[in-house]
Amino acid sequence: MEHYNMNLTLKVWRQKNKNDQGRFETLQAKNISSEMSFLEMFDVVNEELINEGKEPVAFDHDCREGICGMCSMHINGRAHGPWDGTTTCQLHMRAFKDGDTITVEPWRAGAFPVVKDLTVDRSAFDRIIEAGGYISVNTGNAQDANCIPVDKTKADLAFAAAACIGCGACVAACKNSSAMLFVSAKVSQLALLPQGHPEKQSRALNMVAQMDKEGFGSCTNTGACEAECPKEISLTNIARLNREFISAGFSSEK
Amino acid sequence: MFDAKIPAGPLNSKWEDYKGHCKLVNPANKRNLEVIIIGTGLAGASAAASLGELGYKVKAFCFQDSPRRAHSIAAQGGINAAKNYQNDGDSVFRLFYDTVKGGDYRAREANVHRLAEVSGNIIDQCVAQGVPFAREYGGLLSNRSFGGTQVQRTFYAAGQTGQQLLLGAYSALERQVALGNVTMYNRHEMLDIVKIDGKARGIIARDLITGELERHFGHAVLICSGGYGNVFFLSTNAMGSNVTAAWKATKNGAYFANPCYTQIHPTCIPVSGDHQSKLTLMSESLRNDGRIWVPKKQNDTRKASDIPEEERDYYLERRYPAFGNLVPRDVASRAAKERCDAGYGVGTSKQAVYLDFAAAIERYGKVEVGKRQMGNVSKEEIIKLGKEVVAEKYGNLFDMYAKITGENPYEQPMRIYPAVHYTMGGLWVDYELSTTVPGLYSLGEANFSDHGANRLGASALMQGLADGYFVIPYTVGNYLADEIRTKAIPTDHPAFVEAENRVKETINKLFAAKGTKSVDFFHKKLGKIMWDKCGMARNEKGLLEAIEEIKALRAEFWKDVRVPGEANEFNPELEKAGRVADFLELGELMCMDALNRRESCGGHFREESQTEDGEAQRDDANFSYVAAWEYKGEGKYELHKEPLVFEECKPTQRSYK
Repeated sequence: MEHYNMNLTLKVWRQKNKNDQGRFETLQAKNISSEMSFLEMFDVVNEELINEGKEPVAFDHDCREGICGMCSMHINGRAHGPWDGTTTCQLHMRAFKDGDTITVEPWRAGAFPVVKDLTVDRSAFDRIIEAGGYISVNTGNAQDANCIPVDKTKADLAFAAAACIGCGACVAACKNSSAMLFVSAKVSQLALLPQGHPEKQSRALNMVAQMDKEGFGSCTNTGACEAECPKEISLTNIARLNREFISAGFSSEK
Repeated sequence: MFDAKIPAGPLNSKWEDYKGHCKLVNPANKRNLEVIIIGTGLAGASAAASLGELGYKVKAFCFQDSPRRAHSIAAQGGINAAKNYQNDGDSVFRLFYDTVKGGDYRAREANVHRLAEVSGNIIDQCVAQGVPFAREYGGLLSNRSFGGTQVQRTFYAAGQTGQQLLLGAYSALERQVALGNVTMYNRHEMLDIVKIDGKARGIIARDLITGELERHFGHAVLICSGGYGNVFFLSTNAMGSNVTAAWKATKNGAYFANPCYTQIHPTCIPVSGDHQSKLTLMSESLRNDGRIWVPKKQNDTRKASDIPEEERDYYLERRYPAFGNLVPRDVASRAAKERCDAGYGVGTSKQAVYLDFAAAIERYGKVEVGKRQMGNVSKEEIIKLGKEVVAEKYGNLFDMYAKITGENPYEQPMRIYPAVHYTMGGLWVDYELSTTVPGLYSLGEANFSDHGANRLGASALMQGLADGYFVIPYTVGNYLADEIRTKAIPTDHPAFVEAENRVKETINKLFAAKGTKSVDFFHKKLGKIMWDKCGMARNEKGLLEAIEEIKALRAEFWKDVRVPGEANEFNPELEKAGRVADFLELGELMCMDALNRRESCGGHFREESQTEDGEAQRDDANFSYVAAWEYKGEGKYELHKEPLVFEECKPTQRSYK
């Protein structure tokens, strides 16, 4: 790959805390290498701000290898920026060229209040999992792992759904701020496996109920979530959730 | 206070005997006993879930915005278990033996044997939780090989095994949160331990959103905060991974064991420039199919594809024919360094070797052609099919490599180089996972116990979950059984006030410096000292210099660090500053430990102690002990030695030839 350096103008959302109104601030990013990751570019900008005695931009990040789901920037109007199937931390600066202006915002969703600058509160996702995103099996209850063979196709589909990193890009990308892709990924993973069958009805009903309670919007099948998902979680999971939810509604004994 | 409490009797019945005789707590009493857990990775989340299920009142803390983000999530390759599903000669003893040998005879036999005993239960538990491990067409679980073993005992979920295991433990944890047995404190960082009458009785935590300091009481405190690889600044750890919780434990009297044992992982994406903030691992599982080589000619600038087969040096296969590309990590890392230092490195920096999949792609392609009875097909067709198989096995890793480097690893070999990955050292714990402070426990990577001087691949996930699911529920009960008469201590107790004041003082001091340099400036400097002088190769002169340099850097830090913002708000720079302050102390201790250990073992390579062909040379007569360091005030430590006794695995020169 050809390496190059660039100067960029950033329009970054600054907001002191959840009560502050917030505004865009224009910052310059100078001498940025095309080999840097997007967050490393922010490290350079922050270092500069600190040296100038100013407050650095607060943003969430941790593993920086695309798996923890912590990074969460809305870049030029796209959740996690211009590359498909990529988290912010794995986006690299060769996606941009010298002189570009880049707009960076936090996730925008009522259920994800801003904590500071580009950092948001995604604890609603934890509460949705608490509502049923598990199999009720205490430690020590398990039988031998090979006692129940699992159809490889289904196991693979379950794995594809389980690859969700819970970053919230699906919500940020959705005009309704719906969390259906996130919820459907967990419901699908567990519904596809025999171990998840005993609770599949209550799981679908309870997780959807909690999702509504948290203030996430409804799904209108626009597919923006799938398009922006860094792990390319499939929209068919939402179809599966709908089937699970409807059949549970009709046949649940409760 | 310094007794490993290893149960008497033959090795393979110690754990059964222990479980049969340890004290129990009845369900009614469990409801009144509070347990604090620091960290929600595999060890912390599995412990929180299991103790919650038993009925204890659990409070779990993580600095991330959700427990699901803990860095266990990034583990790629797999988890070992002695299931012997492949009928290839595996057994509990074999896993135990491989682990002790892999650790270069510096681990405690009894702990490792217990680990091997419970390894099978972990797989059972995870499958029951809905962890989608890879399966064969018949619907049964699939296995692959990892370094340092000759059997296939590694269970995996593509290159995302850690993620799937952690999400399993996280689900179990959230279920307990819903049931009211666990209270979760996200975005909280533990900043001190509270000790009353010599026992751990609680913690001081900072709410990272409001900056408020909180006091929490617990009958026991479990440190499950992971490793300290970030002392090197550049490592495969997450940006937030830190030693703070373990270090506060050390400053409160818990011994820190074998701090110099760090694992440098052989296959990571090389550093690309000064801006680099972290390094990314390419899973060891790739060595199942990837062949490592460098050109036979020094300073060869040809493209990999232009170098003919006979001019390539597959140096691991050449030096270690029995294990080939699957030698343990310490061996593979040193071999890569040796080739690069000798001038055979590749890429612009010359600090890299090739990891090549061309042979595997062709081999898998041919298998597919046979399986599908396609007859005579073109080479292109074979390669295409082979790439599909490789993509199914390692797709996410190949994608990650392509995103970071801008190169396509299906078409050209990966360039890789060793990087700091894991720390075998950690808080000293006895057989019960208790530190030297009663009531203070340590689980997972945060403790030192199971991997000796070198950890084998796919064993970290095994240890984290073994400690959390299957060990601590018994051992902490044995302690808490005697605490049923201890009522919750109000947090206005003077010990809580004192601990909180210590924390406040440190925070004030960090702001007071009002210096000119950022926290990262100091962290990078520390990292460079550690990598140059306490990294893959160490010697007396370098270590002595490093100790002085770290002392000076620490003094400069406290004088000249600049922490922007305020204490009573969300302030990531303040969080970093506190962590780097602790790394600046730990780094010195690591060098002291490396200096003291005048032998080479596992990941600790002292240049003064090597065999004629450059392999690590142990000195069992003088160093067959665990070095446990007691904090005695800044920069002062007292060394305690726990002798290692080997009844089953007699130490020999480790050979993978």
